[in-house]
Amino acid sequence: MYGNNGLPIKQGLYNPEFEHDSCGVGFVANIGGNISHDIVQNGIEVLENLKHRGAVGADPKTGDGAGIMTQVPDKFLRKVCKKVNIHLPKKGNYGVGLVFLPVVSEDRHFIENLIEKIVSEEGQVFLGFRDVPFNDSEIGKVAISVMPIFKHLLIGKEKKIDTEEFERKLLVIRKRIGIKISQIELGQKNYFYICSLSSKTIIYKGQLMPEQLRNFFPDLIDKDYKSAIALVHSRYSTNTFPTWALAHPYRYIAHNGEINTLKGNANWFNVREKQFKNSLFGKDLKKIMPAIAPSKSDSAAFDNVLELLILSGRSLPHALMMMIPEAYTNDKNISRYKKDFYQYHSCLMEPWDGPSAICFSDGRYVGSILDRNGLRPLRYWVTNNSKIIMSSEVGPLNVDPKNIIEKGRLQPGKLFLVDTKQKRIIRDHEIKKDICQQKEYSKWIKRNIKQIDSLPIPSSKNIKNNLTKNEPTIIKQKIFGYTLEDLKFVLKPILEDGKEATGSMGADTPLAIFSKRPQLLFNYFKQLFAQVTNPPIDPIREEIVMSGQVLLGKEQNLLEETPEHSKRIKLDGPIISNSDLQKIKFNKDENFVAVTFSILFNKELDGSFQKKLKQIFTEVKNELKKGTSIIILSDKGASKKNIPIPSLLAGSGLHQSLIRNGSRTKVSIILETGEAREIHHFATLIGYGVNAINPYLVYESIEQLICDGELEKNKHNSYLSNYHKAVNKGLFKVISKMGISTIQSYCGAQIFEAVGLNESFIEKYFTGTTSRIGGLGIKDIERETLMRHKLAYEENNVKNLDQGGFYSWRASGEKHNWNPETISLLQQSVRTNDYEVFKKYSKIVNDPKINFGSIKSYLEFKKSKPISIDKVEPATEIVKRFASGAMSFGSISKEAHETIAIAMNELGAYSNTGEGGENPKRFTEDENGKLKRSRIKQIAQGRFGVTIEYLVNADQLQIKMAQGAKPGEGGQLPGAKVSDEIAKTRYTTQGVGLISPPPHHDIYSIEDLAQLIYDLKKSNPTAQISVKLVSESGVGTIAAGVSKGKADLIIISGSEGGTGASPLTSIKNAGLPMELGIAEMQQVLVMNDLRRRVRIQVDGQLKSGRDIIIGAMLGADEFGFATSVLISMGCVMLRKCHLNACSVGIATQDKKLRENFTGHEDHVKNYFLFLAEEVREFMAKLGIEKFDDLIGRTDLLEKRSNIKHWKAKHINLSAILHRPDVPADVELYNSSKQNHNLEKSSDVKLIELCKKAIHNKTSVRFGSSINNSNRSVGTMLSSVIAKKHGLNGLPNDTIQIDFEGSAGQSFGAFLSKGITLRLEGDANDYVGKGLSGGKIIITTQEDDRLVPEKNIIVGNVVLYGAIKGEMYINGKAGERFAVRNSGAKVVVEGIGDHGCEYMTGGRIVVLGEVGRNFGAGMSGGIAYVWDRNKKFIKKHNKEMVHLYEVKSIKHEQELKKLITNHLEYTDSKVAKGILADWEKSLTQFVKVFPRDYQRVLKNKSVFEQPPVYDYD
Amino acid sequence: MGEIKGFTKYQRKNIKKESINKRLSHWNEFTKTLSLNEAQEQGARCMDCGTPFCQFGCPIENIIPDWNDLVYKGNLNEAYNRLSLTNNFPEFTSRVCPAPCENSCVLEINNPPVAIKDIERIIIDEAFKQGWVRAKKSKSQSGKKIAIVGSGPAGLACGDELNKKNHEVTIFEKNEIPGGLLSFGIPEFKLEKKIVKRRTQLMQDEGIKFKTNCEIGKDESLTNLMENFDAVVLCGGAENPRDLQIEGRELDGIYFAMDFLTQQNRRLLNYDFRTKPISAKRKNVIVIGGGDTGSDCIGTANRQGAKSVTNLELMPQLPNNRSSNNPWPQWAFVDRVSTSHEEGCIKYFGVLTKKFSGKNGKLKKLHLVKVEFIQSNDKTQKPTMKEIEGSEFAIDADLVFIAMGFIGPKKDKLLTEINIELDKKGNVKTDNKKMTNIPGLFAAGDMRLGQSLVVWAINEGRVVANNIDKYISN
Repeated sequence: MYGNNGLPIKQGLYNPEFEHDSCGVGFVANIGGNISHDIVQNGIEVLENLKHRGAVGADPKTGDGAGIMTQVPDKFLRKVCKKVNIHLPKKGNYGVGLVFLPVVSEDRHFIENLIEKIVSEEGQVFLGFRDVPFNDSEIGKVAISVMPIFKHLLIGKEKKIDTEEFERKLLVIRKRIGIKISQIELGQKNYFYICSLSSKTIIYKGQLMPEQLRNFFPDLIDKDYKSAIALVHSRYSTNTFPTWALAHPYRYIAHNGEINTLKGNANWFNVREKQFKNSLFGKDLKKIMPAIAPSKSDSAAFDNVLELLILSGRSLPHALMMMIPEAYTNDKNISRYKKDFYQYHSCLMEPWDGPSAICFSDGRYVGSILDRNGLRPLRYWVTNNSKIIMSSEVGPLNVDPKNIIEKGRLQPGKLFLVDTKQKRIIRDHEIKKDICQQKEYSKWIKRNIKQIDSLPIPSSKNIKNNLTKNEPTIIKQKIFGYTLEDLKFVLKPILEDGKEATGSMGADTPLAIFSKRPQLLFNYFKQLFAQVTNPPIDPIREEIVMSGQVLLGKEQNLLEETPEHSKRIKLDGPIISNSDLQKIKFNKDENFVAVTFSILFNKELDGSFQKKLKQIFTEVKNELKKGTSIIILSDKGASKKNIPIPSLLAGSGLHQSLIRNGSRTKVSIILETGEAREIHHFATLIGYGVNAINPYLVYESIEQLICDGELEKNKHNSYLSNYHKAVNKGLFKVISKMGISTIQSYCGAQIFEAVGLNESFIEKYFTGTTSRIGGLGIKDIERETLMRHKLAYEENNVKNLDQGGFYSWRASGEKHNWNPETISLLQQSVRTNDYEVFKKYSKIVNDPKINFGSIKSYLEFKKSKPISIDKVEPATEIVKRFASGAMSFGSISKEAHETIAIAMNELGAYSNTGEGGENPKRFTEDENGKLKRSRIKQIAQGRFGVTIEYLVNADQLQIKMAQGAKPGEGGQLPGAKVSDEIAKTRYTTQGVGLISPPPHHDIYSIEDLAQLIYDLKKSNPTAQISVKLVSESGVGTIAAGVSKGKADLIIISGSEGGTGASPLTSIKNAGLPMELGIAEMQQVLVMNDLRRRVRIQVDGQLKSGRDIIIGAMLGADEFGFATSVLISMGCVMLRKCHLNACSVGIATQDKKLRENFTGHEDHVKNYFLFLAEEVREFMAKLGIEKFDDLIGRTDLLEKRSNIKHWKAKHINLSAILHRPDVPADVELYNSSKQNHNLEKSSDVKLIELCKKAIHNKTSVRFGSSINNSNRSVGTMLSSVIAKKHGLNGLPNDTIQIDFEGSAGQSFGAFLSKGITLRLEGDANDYVGKGLSGGKIIITTQEDDRLVPEKNIIVGNVVLYGAIKGEMYINGKAGERFAVRNSGAKVVVEGIGDHGCEYMTGGRIVVLGEVGRNFGAGMSGGIAYVWDRNKKFIKKHNKEMVHLYEVKSIKHEQELKKLITNHLEYTDSKVAKGILADWEKSLTQFVKVFPRDYQRVLKNKSVFEQPPVYDYD
Repeated sequence: MGEIKGFTKYQRKNIKKESINKRLSHWNEFTKTLSLNEAQEQGARCMDCGTPFCQFGCPIENIIPDWNDLVYKGNLNEAYNRLSLTNNFPEFTSRVCPAPCENSCVLEINNPPVAIKDIERIIIDEAFKQGWVRAKKSKSQSGKKIAIVGSGPAGLACGDELNKKNHEVTIFEKNEIPGGLLSFGIPEFKLEKKIVKRRTQLMQDEGIKFKTNCEIGKDESLTNLMENFDAVVLCGGAENPRDLQIEGRELDGIYFAMDFLTQQNRRLLNYDFRTKPISAKRKNVIVIGGGDTGSDCIGTANRQGAKSVTNLELMPQLPNNRSSNNPWPQWAFVDRVSTSHEEGCIKYFGVLTKKFSGKNGKLKKLHLVKVEFIQSNDKTQKPTMKEIEGSEFAIDADLVFIAMGFIGPKKDKLLTEINIELDKKGNVKTDNKKMTNIPGLFAAGDMRLGQSLVVWAINEGRVVANNIDKYISN
């Protein structure tokens, strides 16, 4: 069954909403507006050269989609229409569009008639349909299976109206047709789609591969088909379902990226529609509602909104600036008028937040815009014949270098515009200045926006306390479910340290639905996070893009702009103090009338929650009619009889109710609640539409803690400010995990999945939220609330709160799966090698009544015919499916790390380095014949120790996209913990802190992941590439994309997984259980027939044979274990890993404590063999001989009968057990291999040419051409060298290769020492990634006329994780230059934003301009910036670095040497100039010196041991 | 959470004891509560484990990490609040508990454990000293009445809990004062009776009624109680001692340990002995049984001025360290030297008393034989005891105390008056709510469990109180 967007309908755990796409995008245009067929051909060529950014599915010929937008080709259309007797009016007076129509002729005729009718109803002239020729001989079977009929719809303009009115009419026609068809029953209505309908532009697109477009639509190669603009898009989607309509471009845009806040944006927009009025559309406006067509992609929704904003009167750039504003709040370099423009528009609309590179055109303008983070690349060339080529990559079009007059890139938040009428490029500052000053925005906001601080303090007589009785704090705390742990783990660390507490190990407590203790409603919601399809962001180091701003008050008609639009109260963050709340409550401004509603519930008076809420919602609705613009929901005054309704239920319920009745934007919702106290509570409230929260009981609890002597009285004010600071920072962390930067966009974005709530409850109060195992309804939530309330009043003379037990095990607290009993039994069994004791352990673990906290506790095996255990495959085979978790040396001790490796090697299973490199000594057997080599080498965000040598010494290379305990977050190893040994394996400096960023800076999107997979495969062609994902809704769809990106193995981690250190919020609330993840992944991969080509591994609190069997039945081939491995070595779940204080010597680097380690490889081996033995016992009982035959067999599972637990009995596991209906030959487990096509790589030839050099170290030098399809050039060559010579490689310059052209991505990635790559031309992103000693020189071409320091010649994220080596770039680089560089020495002539981010070592010399936020998170190395204009001071991030003049002789010499090298290698004019007047130039250099690094250098003992990267 | 890595910085410090000579010269407590500084250091050693095995080891689930930390921070008041959440009588447990918590302390894996028991003691001693332990009368009364038979630790804990839940509690005690074993069994030098009195007085002030000198089954019938109360709970203890029926058992000078200990307590309390006086002065005293009761006899005998004290234990001497089949966090079966042992006694392990012999009806000698225990190949079977041929020997004895444990409650009228079901071991049988076969009649403590620790009795009392509360509230 397919839905109306062509995707399968929601089934099992699959939901079409989860689909993502990403891509390559670009355009070619003639700046002068001169039309030609050449431009069209160029556009297609660009598209074809971006094909590696697209993907193919199980059917190798079915692409994900490709398309092109051009100006209406009048001459061509006139010619072809004439042939079919359609007579076109003159150019501009007719509209045209490609229409997809049903193949069944009755359906098609029906639609055609309908179209004709609507066209004439709208007063326009129906000219006819033209059959569009097509050639389907080359396209894939899957694409053909649902291919529509293609026709051009031609409509003539009614004479009286002008062109713009005509465009609006065409929109009305298109919308009316679409709405009408969606409402009628028609067998093939899903085939219907209008690509565009305009008098200015036309789109051709389809489910095609980029190289298929040209031949599929012969129109495009007709010489008479001319345009000045050709905008193209190659799509990479996660699915492989045929969806013709989802190809780009849309009517105005082609999009590369993802709108993270889509759900919220769409909701808000739909509500705003109710207030729409527009003189241009007049009465027609109603006909085009809803503006956002349902169930299309994020890009389509964006396009719909953009279209409406444009056609209702705003200019195209204006509309884009509204939707994708720059990060203006914290940037010191941004001009006032721009800030004011953005501030004003923030009162109209929240940003559409997410990584975006958008190319757009309306036929006159063509251009691009980048989101505030600049996470997608866009590069351009301008030629001397007025051509502009803009694209995701540089070099997709062959242009003679002589003709290029500018090479540039789009910067974060910037707009690039070509006006074909004015015949020029209009630069960002010019166009924005014009737009920002077209109205008096500055004056308007100055007059209208009120800072909360500026509101008058109400006099005390105004504040009447109408509460009858105030309960003591302890009772209130009990009513809201406070436990001792809430004070100890949640509040006190925040109050004392100003940040959220860190924890360690995983979450082994029951899901809220299974817990036997009354849970807060918040706990049923799990935070979602970005992985693969878009990146999380770093809210600390990149705070510059974050904004916590909240605006209170009512919104106005979005389609107009008046001063009144900005009448709002502005808060700097969503948490409001008691006094600020009073200011709002009692303000006298008629624009901000605030009314408070109690959400207390009195059983006798109110009946039920449902009734009470309905009553509140109705009252609010009536109140709004009076002009009230702020609603305060309050649970103050709770007492024995007056029970607070869960704040989230009230808040979200009201939000949804106001959305439904269309009045949400007329009002702000504030919650005055005693319930919310931790970050997750606030995140859920805001995510479900609450604008601001006053957590009054937190403030009261602070007083109480002071009173009890647990906090200091004189620090009261600092506690308050710490609390606000920590909550705001914590919220930033939560939203940034999803790649969202502003609280305003997060508000109502619903970035959560519910677990354990039923459909009707979700539908009514949390509309649109995913909830997949059903569960409780409002009555049950009411019951749970009443239970908690009752407890609060029991034992009223006990002066203490409940123990909790949610964070630490407590005897009578929340259940933990790892508890004294299970821990001690497991340890006893492995130490004495006693299977009987193990069975005692597993009996507890496997008993669903004791171990009741996870989904698997509610599954049981169906009865089968048993077989003899002798027939079952042996334990020694089964253990090969086992892997130990990715725990870094650093998070655990050397002893523990090596013990695991030895054990796994001896078993023939897998151990994992974790993020942190591996000592090369471990690559071979030690003196006792023990092999400590980890077969899996992890590549994580920090890239620590990821050298070419590390890569070649692996059997599996694992890309960690996310970690169960803290998906979407980075990590940090403070300098004090970086011991000599850790520093060595990570190729950093002892004592210098190491920051691991939240995203992989070379993976912002799915095609980037495919690129990294390709890089790694080239670095070690014999290793398998695995990708580690964390369970969340949509992970199956992501996995499909990853499989298409050619991963060999996908790991799905449950959110239960462990960690060495992570904020408690993340451990407990982010991500979803492993059962949901593995089952969804299996279902989606099977639906796409992608399952056969990947192996699947699952992890997340796996403990016993039963867990393994269930994992397999849900879809796993392999299994990962971490916590249990640690326990078998002696871990007793101290949960102190983050404090370096592990008393059993496992998770510590403390030498003394490490002596306490008593684990042994035999213990680990015993554990795994016990597990395998137990698996065999189960297999025998199930009658299964071969493990493969268990995989995906959900038919052998069923939901446990007779569940007694009052909550758990409501769950529905059918979605987890769902088996997609697929043909019998679709495999359920991995049976084949990915085809990586490495033999086609250009490196094969390079290796051949370098044979002698590799073996005999004889020098070799040769030249080669290169283009952007040649990716990761030099990596395979490096691999061969590293395998033979290790990291030492060859003597410098042994191999020298001279390239000419535009290099593809990852040029020189992991380049070995001894190789020198020279490139004349330019390169794309990731140059010198993981540079391992090689040398890269990039210069402009000899005969081009560019000024190097003004032109971009290398892309973004250059030198990511470079270990050592040199690089000289005779030109500018893009964003994030030298990010996490460990030791490379580099000269470059200008860089973009976030330069040297997270750098830990090396030397960077910048002889030119530097972007914003330089040196954020930079803990080591030194950067020298030539700062002639003294602008640098505003550009750097001062958090971790100091700035100096270059005075030390040592540093001067070092700098001079590098510049001299640069001159020698590149003939740089800048370098020449600098050296010519060295004395003066030297004074213009700024030395950027990290504080951490300085401190280490001052410490002599460290200084005497030179850091390992000092190789020369 | 104490001090990070405090355990690597500070050593375990044990409570200070008076010199042996000095302490033998009196009957009073001879240990000294830690100073605040010392206690804070011990608190600093606590790792606040994510999985606190100490709490797992503690029968009443004391939230040990929390109060360790509070003591470390010097906040004894809050520590007291936290401690009293789970423990009704810390002043008893901090003196007489063998501290299974310390046995399962995570530090114990490779270090001496945190001095949890001593920390507990400073908290409660300070609480009394500062007047934080105050009688809190319950505000409202539920109108429900509960009778508790027996005022030992189980009965007291049960009464305390039910009183907190606003029920009317009456505790019946056959002796002159409440306390049971606490008052009459445990020697004064281990638990001063004024400490017991302080607590029972407090409970009385909180509204609990004590009916002393009232033995149910004798002075008052259980049937009456059942009629007049909403629930009745039996907390009569396990007072039936295990005997050693061998040749010469009838000789004069052979006593049950508890007779001896009770008498000494009565002597100090100036109460009537009710039996003929037993004195160890200038006598060769033999204590059969190496447990706590035996130990108490040794201490008492030494204080009475015994000529020699010999302790006989049937089992072989335990190892100094845990054996591999007795891993942490289990209770460690290792050789322990009690304070009474320290004070002087000869110890024999692996000896079986074959017979008593004497002159003129008076005990003179014990005849012993060495035994060994042989483990068969079947590890599930208990090892069998074998006498070692030719190892017979005899020792002089004037006084023998049989401290070989107890075999359940005395089967007197309390249990026979109405048909109360017993289990195989002779203890009162209950369901999982600790209710006997008779609805509304509960049992807790040693009477239900058999002989056990004070801390287990407190746990029993707490749990049964909770169950009774639910029972009578429904």
